[in-house]
Amino acid sequence: MIDTLLALITEPLAHEFMQRALLVSILIGTVCSIFSCFLVLKGWSLMGDAVSHAVLPGLALAFVIGIPLSIGAFIAGLFCALATGYIKDNSRVKEDAVMGIVFSGLFALGLVMLTKIETDVHLLHVLFGNILGISSQDVIEAGTIAILCSLIMLIKRRDFMLYCFDPAHASVIGLRVRFLHFGLLILLALTIVSSLKAAGIILVISMLIAPGATGFMLTKSFDRMLIIAMSVSIFSCITGTLMSFHLDVATAPLIVVIQAALFIMAVFVGRQTQGMKEVSYGT
Amino acid sequence: MSNPIVTIKNLSVTYPNGHHALEDVSVNLKSGSICGLVGVNGAGKSTLFKAMMGFVKPTAGNVSIDGMSVRNALKKNLVSYVPQTEEVDWDFPVLVEDVVMMGRYGHMGFLRRPSKTDHDAVAQALERVNMSEYKKRQIGELSGGQRKRIFVARALAQGGNIILLDEPFTGVDIKTEDSLIDLFQSLVAEGRLILVATHNLGSVPSFCDEVILINKTLLAYGSVETTFTQDNLSKAFGGMLRHHQLIGADLHDDEDARGVTVLTDDERPLVLYGEEGGKKIVRTPKRKKADKT
Amino acid sequence: MIDLLLEPFTYNYMFKAIWVCALVGGVCAFLSSYLMLKGWSLMGDALAHSIVPGVALAYLLALPYAVGAFFTGILAALSMAIVKQKTKLREDAIIGLVFTTFFAIGLLIVSINPTAVNIQAIILGNILAISDYDIAQVVIISFICLFVLLLKWKDLVAVFFDENHARSIGLPVNALKITFFTLLSAATVAALQTVGACLVIAMVVTPGATAYLLTDRFGRLITISVLLGSLTSALGAYASYFLDANPGGLIVTLQTLIFLAAFFFAPKYGLLKVRKTIAKKVGA
Repeated sequence: MIDTLLALITEPLAHEFMQRALLVSILIGTVCSIFSCFLVLKGWSLMGDAVSHAVLPGLALAFVIGIPLSIGAFIAGLFCALATGYIKDNSRVKEDAVMGIVFSGLFALGLVMLTKIETDVHLLHVLFGNILGISSQDVIEAGTIAILCSLIMLIKRRDFMLYCFDPAHASVIGLRVRFLHFGLLILLALTIVSSLKAAGIILVISMLIAPGATGFMLTKSFDRMLIIAMSVSIFSCITGTLMSFHLDVATAPLIVVIQAALFIMAVFVGRQTQGMKEVSYGT
Repeated sequence: MSNPIVTIKNLSVTYPNGHHALEDVSVNLKSGSICGLVGVNGAGKSTLFKAMMGFVKPTAGNVSIDGMSVRNALKKNLVSYVPQTEEVDWDFPVLVEDVVMMGRYGHMGFLRRPSKTDHDAVAQALERVNMSEYKKRQIGELSGGQRKRIFVARALAQGGNIILLDEPFTGVDIKTEDSLIDLFQSLVAEGRLILVATHNLGSVPSFCDEVILINKTLLAYGSVETTFTQDNLSKAFGGMLRHHQLIGADLHDDEDARGVTVLTDDERPLVLYGEEGGKKIVRTPKRKKADKT
Repeated sequence: MIDLLLEPFTYNYMFKAIWVCALVGGVCAFLSSYLMLKGWSLMGDALAHSIVPGVALAYLLALPYAVGAFFTGILAALSMAIVKQKTKLREDAIIGLVFTTFFAIGLLIVSINPTAVNIQAIILGNILAISDYDIAQVVIISFICLFVLLLKWKDLVAVFFDENHARSIGLPVNALKITFFTLLSAATVAALQTVGACLVIAMVVTPGATAYLLTDRFGRLITISVLLGSLTSALGAYASYFLDANPGGLIVTLQTLIFLAAFFFAPKYGLLKVRKTIAKKVGA
């Protein structure tokens, strides 16, 4: 029995591409889950959606100029966030609509560019990820970004958390709110860039929401929410990668479905049962 | 205790989308008083707050706090802010003590690890607002008055000498309102300045020392006795108030010419009594602790 | 020269692509006038992604794709409603969570049998190779949407502008809202064929937002929006003949460019005009 279980784990790992896949999925699972806690609390899901779609023209442009694709993707993603902010501040159109317009416009532009330019960017891999075809070079690149972002977010988690909770207070106690705002946007773009090769631009949105949402359901303290989110995400990444090998299905979608299943379980055991307790003052 | 003075000089704010929020506002605020900031919705109350919190850049003019730029004053933790209840995400996974500890972040190092001083400050602040026993609650589990109190405690833990309060009495029952007012008055007695944005007219004379009336531009500023008058209020609120007046024979059986005016915008009404239908305010004395039980 | 310009029309598939795009673009633009005013843009994107598993299954089982799309669309909407009721999570997180999960399920289905379904066609549109069977579905959907919208557009304005007022004058508010979302999902299903799942959001947001920068009256807003939606869609499909690029990408790029033009140069709400007004005000 135990031998069979062990075999289920060791057998896939006999292949080098599976080792790489597992490693990279754990790395991006970690960084995405940390970010997801801020994203869920800040109400930035559409922002995640927007930035990830918007990286497409950056990939094409980077190829033309001859710079690393990650840099192009990062710049395009950040550009989307900044352009959204600028247009929103200077027009009467609502923020969510502006975001929709900007990211779909960039995605469309990227699509046209990719069909017109001969690149080695494989559109379907960008869209859905290609975790099993990942190279050691990719692992190093994604891993470096993921570890760096994770460390920054963990070290400065209190500042970011305060910014999400009450930006006015953050400003009043002398924190640089613009710095935190753009810092978070840059981290979002970097997180997405690191996950591109493995998860693709659509599924990364899910990895950026589900773990945080699960943590939110299960605890009332932020630090514990972080721990739960990371555990849930890493667990899903490991089981998803291994199971996809045995079931012969796509890896990233399976990871996302497992995360969703864990979220659903959390909903049913979650903290919504705690009612509001009214306690009168001074008696 | 230092003597914070807020100097607002010719302040104008126009948002990038073309909305003119404030025009040419000049006020000097003294410490040791509670100042009401009164105006209709959209009169620029929150923009004035934002300018004092470094959230919006003035198009013209400037704000200085204790002789410093806003930026520097904020770095010295001189200003505290108590948000409107509606602006807070009450489902956020933070405990009461976490929120109050946020007031200390400006005093902490790079990693925001609380020291003993920070823990002590939090404990004292919670004690002062009578919320010590709730410190392990998630903030959403508190009642309306308790929620307000937590954010006042955060301001106390921060130790700022200027406290900005945004609509502190919405969603709070009269009893809690009274106890909050007591708390504010004791804070002011220690030399702080409290600026309260509100459209709740009735409570203003009962706890404010001074009042600023604005509607895009400054309409009046001064002590409550001289400034919070029917004329000024009509200027500030235009036709937005309900207005009832009882004068002379309607009110008195004798030759008394004094009258009563009731102004209300659906919340606590403002009652004015005196000559010319109560054009001049007769200030109700502050209630003493002993009055209420 | 003229021969060259008319050349696309001599090909049957191009002619079809152009008029189907124009039709769908108009319907989506009509809905966009409402959607962008309410802050529901994410909903348009979410619906488009959520129906992917349904479409994949339908192609796999040789059913009409619209049936599969509707089925999963409703399932996704229900899931969102249930999660919303059971949790205190923010709405945007719930929508994001549900639609990406549905999308992932769609990809899983495809990965089980990769040859039977052309996933690229679902994600990026397939208007140049659309089958007559699919055209029939798109046309039926579009005409039903247009018909309902033309009948009820004023009631919808009332509901979207002030729900309580609408209720007080006896309008069936909930029924109208459900109607709107049904129309929106139907339009999404149709737009899937022209621009694909990733770009549907542009079709149901951008034309309305552009028109919003150009006029203050809702009737005109709808007219401008529908004209813009139809023209850009037709033009994008037409241009794809010469540029040999993805028609969906061209349509949405065009829509975005026009939005940007309105953002900078609109007579009343354009950036340049507003800047001038501020400068005058501050200078005076």
